Amino acid sequence: MITGVGLTAPNGNSLSEFRRALLEGRSGVKPYETRYFGPTVAGICDFDELRYQKRKEVRRGTRAGGIGIYCSHEAVADAGLDWENVDRSTVGIYVGVTEHGNVETENEIYQLKSYDYDTQYWSHHHNPRTVANNPAGEISLNLGITGPHYTLGAACAAGNAGVIQGTQMLRLGDCQIALCGGVSESIHTFGIFASFHSQGALARHDDPTKASRPFDLDRNGIVVAEGGCMFVLERLADARARGAKIYGEVVGYAMNSDATDFVLPDPQRQAECIRLALHRAGLNAEDVDIVSTHATGTTSGDAQECDALRRVWAENGCHTAFNNTKSFIGHAMGAAGALELAGNLPAFDDGVCHATINLDRLDPQCALPGLVANEPRKLGEVDVVLNNSFGMLGINSAVIVKRI
Amino acid sequence: MTAAEIRQAITEILADIAPDEDLSQLKEDVPFRDQLELDSMDFLDIVMELRKRYRVQIPEEDYPQLASMASTVQFLEPRMKDVVKK
Repeated sequence: MITGVGLTAPNGNSLSEFRRALLEGRSGVKPYETRYFGPTVAGICDFDELRYQKRKEVRRGTRAGGIGIYCSHEAVADAGLDWENVDRSTVGIYVGVTEHGNVETENEIYQLKSYDYDTQYWSHHHNPRTVANNPAGEISLNLGITGPHYTLGAACAAGNAGVIQGTQMLRLGDCQIALCGGVSESIHTFGIFASFHSQGALARHDDPTKASRPFDLDRNGIVVAEGGCMFVLERLADARARGAKIYGEVVGYAMNSDATDFVLPDPQRQAECIRLALHRAGLNAEDVDIVSTHATGTTSGDAQECDALRRVWAENGCHTAFNNTKSFIGHAMGAAGALELAGNLPAFDDGVCHATINLDRLDPQCALPGLVANEPRKLGEVDVVLNNSFGMLGINSAVIVKRI
Repeated sequence: MTAAEIRQAITEILADIAPDEDLSQLKEDVPFRDQLELDSMDFLDIVMELRKRYRVQIPEEDYPQLASMASTVQFLEPRMKDVVKK
C-alpha cells in the first residue's frame, strides 16, 4: 500500500503543488546553462535544501542525496508515521537512479584542472560521494534508518524499479516499511546534455516551456530534469492498524529486457512487459483507466511506445486514457517513473486525468485513441493506473496501482 | 604570512567546512574537535584546503599538530612565512 508521498519536481515541491501544476498545465522547464555545454533548457527544482539538512551535510553530500533526503522526510510526514517511535531497523530504503557519480566526478576533474591534474588535490570526499549507494545511504544517515539501503541502477526505468523493489521486499518480509522511489541530479553534469545532443536527442525550443513535447510532430528530443519522489509503502494490515490514508495498492508490476539495442526501444518487449504486469495484477487492458506513458519527446521513442501500447490496447483503446508527465517537467531520469506515478495518484480521488501538454500537431504515429491532449479530462471513477518507464540498454518496466 | 594572517586563514577554512558552527567563541588552546562537530573527514578538509589555497604540504605524521588553533598556528608559522596572503 502506498501511504506516503514526498517529492520535488520542477513544478512543485509536494504532491499537492505538483498535481495543481499538472492540472493547470504549468511547465517547470526553464532556461539553463551548464559548464562547457552552454545555454540549454532543463527542469530545475527549487525545494529548500536546508529544510532537513544542515549546511555541512549539503556541502559534504550530493545533490541526489539531498533530493532523496527531502523527499523521504516529506513522504514520512505525509504518511503520518510516528517516526520517533518507528523501529528504524525495519525500514528499507530502495532508490532508483539512472546514473550516479557523474556529477561529482566531473566537478572533481574540473577542480583538478586548476592544479595541473596533480591527484594529491583530489578530494577524499570523492569515494563516499560516488559510491552507487550514495543517495540511499545519505537518506539512511539523515533519517537514522538502520534497515537495508541501496540504489537500483535502472536507467530511466529506475523510478518504477525502486517501487517494485520496495513492494518485493515487503512481500519477502525483509522490511516493515519501504521507502522507495527514485532521484536524479543529472542536470548538474554537462555530459548528459552533450551526449543527448551528440545523439541528436536533446530538445531545443525558443520557449523552454514548449521544449518537451511528446507525441507532437515538432518534437525534437529530451528535456533533462532533476527531481525526486519517494513513497512510503506498507502492508495493508499495518496501514489499516494505524488508520493510515491509503493512496492505492501496487497490484502488479513487471520488468523485462529488449536484448536488442543500446538505445533503440523494442515495442514487442515493451508490450510483453505491460502484459506481464497486467497478468500479475489479474487485470485486462480495458480495466486500466489511466496509462502514464514514458514518452520522452524523441522522434523514434514516442512512436515505438505507441506501437507497444497499440499491441496491448488494440481492441480496447476507447476507455483507457493516456497521458504524459514529461511534457510538463521534462525527463527526470531516475525520478521520472516515480514522479509520473505520483502525479497520477490523486486521480483516484478527483477522477481527473492530467494531460500531455504542448501537443499542437499530433504525430499520426502517436494518435492513441484515448490520448488526453493539452487539457485535463474528467474520467469519473478512476480505479487503475498503469505507469510505464523504459530506459537505455533495453530496460522496461510497468507498475500498476489500484484504488483501495 | 604572519601568525594573525594564518589564524584568519584557518578560521576561513573552518567557516567553509563547518558552516553551521559559531566560530566567534573558538578557544585557542582547546582542540577543534572538542569545540566543533568535526570528524576525521572534516579534519582532512583542513589539510586539503591548506594544500589547495596556500600550497602547504602537511605530512600525515604532523596531523596531530593541527589539533587546536594555537598548535596549528604555531606549527604553520615557520612553514608559511614565505606564503603571500591572498
